[in-house]
Amino acid sequence: MKLFSLSSLKRSTGYSIRGGVHPETRKHLAAGCAIEKLPMPKLLRVPLQQHIGAEAAPLVQRGDHVLKGQIIGKARGAVSANVHAPTSGEVIAVGPFTAPHPSGLPVATVTIRPDGEEKWGKRLPRLRPEDASADEIAKQVLEAGIVGMGGATFPSAVKLGLGKRYKLHTLIINAAECEPYLTCDDRLIQERPEDVADGIAIMAKALGTARVVIAIESNKPHAIEAMKRYIRQAGPGAEVMAVPTLYPMGSEKHLVQTVIGKETPARALTAELGVVVHNAATAQAVHKAVRYGEPLLSRILTVSGHGVERPANLEVLIGTPVSDILDHCGGLTGEPERLLLGGPMMGMPIQSLRVPVIKGTNGVLALTARETRRKESMPCIRCGKCVASCPCGLQPNELNLRIQSDDLDGAVDIGLMDCVSCGSCSFTCPSNIQLVQGFNYAKGRLAAKQSQKHQQEETKRLAEARTAREEAIAEAKRKAMAAHKAKQEAKKKAAAAKKAEAEAKAAAEAQADGAEAASQDAPQQPAATPTEAAE
Amino acid sequence: MTPLLLAIATMSVLGLGFGLILGFAAKKFYVETPPVIDELEEILPGTNCGQCGFPGCRGAAEAVAASAAPVTLCPPGGKEVAEEMAEVMGIDLASGGGLGEMEDAEPIVAFIFEDHCTGCTKCYKKCPTDAIVGAAKQIHTVINDACIGCDACVDVCPTEAIIMRNKPKTLRNWHWPKPGDEPQELELEGAA
Repeated sequence: MKLFSLSSLKRSTGYSIRGGVHPETRKHLAAGCAIEKLPMPKLLRVPLQQHIGAEAAPLVQRGDHVLKGQIIGKARGAVSANVHAPTSGEVIAVGPFTAPHPSGLPVATVTIRPDGEEKWGKRLPRLRPEDASADEIAKQVLEAGIVGMGGATFPSAVKLGLGKRYKLHTLIINAAECEPYLTCDDRLIQERPEDVADGIAIMAKALGTARVVIAIESNKPHAIEAMKRYIRQAGPGAEVMAVPTLYPMGSEKHLVQTVIGKETPARALTAELGVVVHNAATAQAVHKAVRYGEPLLSRILTVSGHGVERPANLEVLIGTPVSDILDHCGGLTGEPERLLLGGPMMGMPIQSLRVPVIKGTNGVLALTARETRRKESMPCIRCGKCVASCPCGLQPNELNLRIQSDDLDGAVDIGLMDCVSCGSCSFTCPSNIQLVQGFNYAKGRLAAKQSQKHQQEETKRLAEARTAREEAIAEAKRKAMAAHKAKQEAKKKAAAAKKAEAEAKAAAEAQADGAEAASQDAPQQPAATPTEAAE
Repeated sequence: MTPLLLAIATMSVLGLGFGLILGFAAKKFYVETPPVIDELEEILPGTNCGQCGFPGCRGAAEAVAASAAPVTLCPPGGKEVAEEMAEVMGIDLASGGGLGEMEDAEPIVAFIFEDHCTGCTKCYKKCPTDAIVGAAKQIHTVINDACIGCDACVDVCPTEAIIMRNKPKTLRNWHWPKPGDEPQELELEGAA
């Protein structure tokens, strides 16, 4: 099998980036398939964590009836997203269910049994983007639960609010779609260019950028043409740029470099260069949210690979199980070698067909053994191909050596954190060394270490708080005891004083009596007499 | 009146004199705490759970600093703490510092079997990090993120409803296994 398409690729426009690879695109499998709407599945499993950041808080219970578009999960924290019911029906479970994630671990999920009526609940209030302020648009996007639909799933409202903190001049619409097999953004732009263009205009307004660049890879001429036809709707400063067909062109930082010719500093945001990147599918979702008040309920994804009977581009509701999608496409041709959500380069392998698709799922791929070309790893021959292919300018071979010898800090020193996990190095390695897999491990390990450290600090704080509290309680007890004692003492003293007083009085009286008795003995006598008489 | 003043004057002079002597001695014979003890204490979890057998984390730090205890003494801290302490102490753990046994030590947390819990409140009174919530005659439960796996609650439970188990993996703390060794594969099947 050919590793590179060696045909000389015409560099269209844009500045060049370093590295990159040319995997066979294999987009022909699904590129010609018009978008179909998937029939309503029997069950929808909507995870409450479909985005980067904190999990949404569930707002429904088992047995509740929900309406289409009704909010079922409320965003928690600044980086989080609302989750909505994709259709009307009954909630039959709220609880852990296998996540669409390589680990197969559970995530809090709302399971809905659709009633088939598709009855809409209350929609969000519509906005006229011409009159709406940037904040209003961002708020609408926040309410609609829109996240980056290219796969990163970062809450879009946060990115639309960047105009306040940075001086922005360019909005780039990422429609590069550099992953092999995937054609959903291509089809979306071909079939619904006016929606996408309108969404772009709304986002440009929210960000306050004068220039808008819609970047499409040069291997999608139909999409480029369609977008050019509707470019005026996307705003006066909008242009379509045919960027070179090169993996990973769709990586945010590399796309920015291609379009404006500046490299984003290490671990900085592209906003620092005055640029914000949004996905084309996100633009369509923003259009729907602002114009029609519809939250993000469905998305378009590509079903492809030789392991699928009939490749397709489908519009599916969020929460549709992968098995329903594959059934609609004629099922699997056999046991697939790999089953992926997303593209073949950066997608996530899944272990179960029961997992649902979520907001960031742009593809369902079933790859046969021939397509995956999984081979045994051999020793490094120091050919340097990984170094040449790395778009971030790192040395994957050296990183790998350090990670293999558990020197994670050493790996960080030579730029592990600048790796975007694009997988170009693993793709190009003639010895099939699992390079990017090692980097993902190292990054995860470091994050786990970090969180463990944080946790340790927190438990230390808890222990100190407890000690302080116990001391305070002991102190309070001691004080109460002392106060009680003092009170008792005072009482006793008072009683003693009273007694003493009484005694003194009595003594004084007795003395007086004695004195009196001495002088006036006689009148005492008659006084006693009546008592005696009474008795 | 004179004897009273004399007594006060004598006591004051004596007090001042002894105070000066003590102050001078404290300065003169000051024994510096090795800064390494503070460093080690900083590394240790600081929950004073006592599993190492020393009186609190300070005691453990002193023992490690005096080489009376291995750096691997802290079970809740696990490998991470051992590694950091080894670095401070200048011990090479690779050459048999007892790290081999710790390698597999996963973080553990307490777990309460709710069927057996009588709500006696004994365990949460004992918990050094307030990781157990509950009230009298209410079922108690453990907050995994706050639990350090110190074992203190297990012994006091009258119904033996508490066990220690591996900290459950979540989407937040999961990460890919190292290429080449895939021991997590098995665990996943157990978890799923």
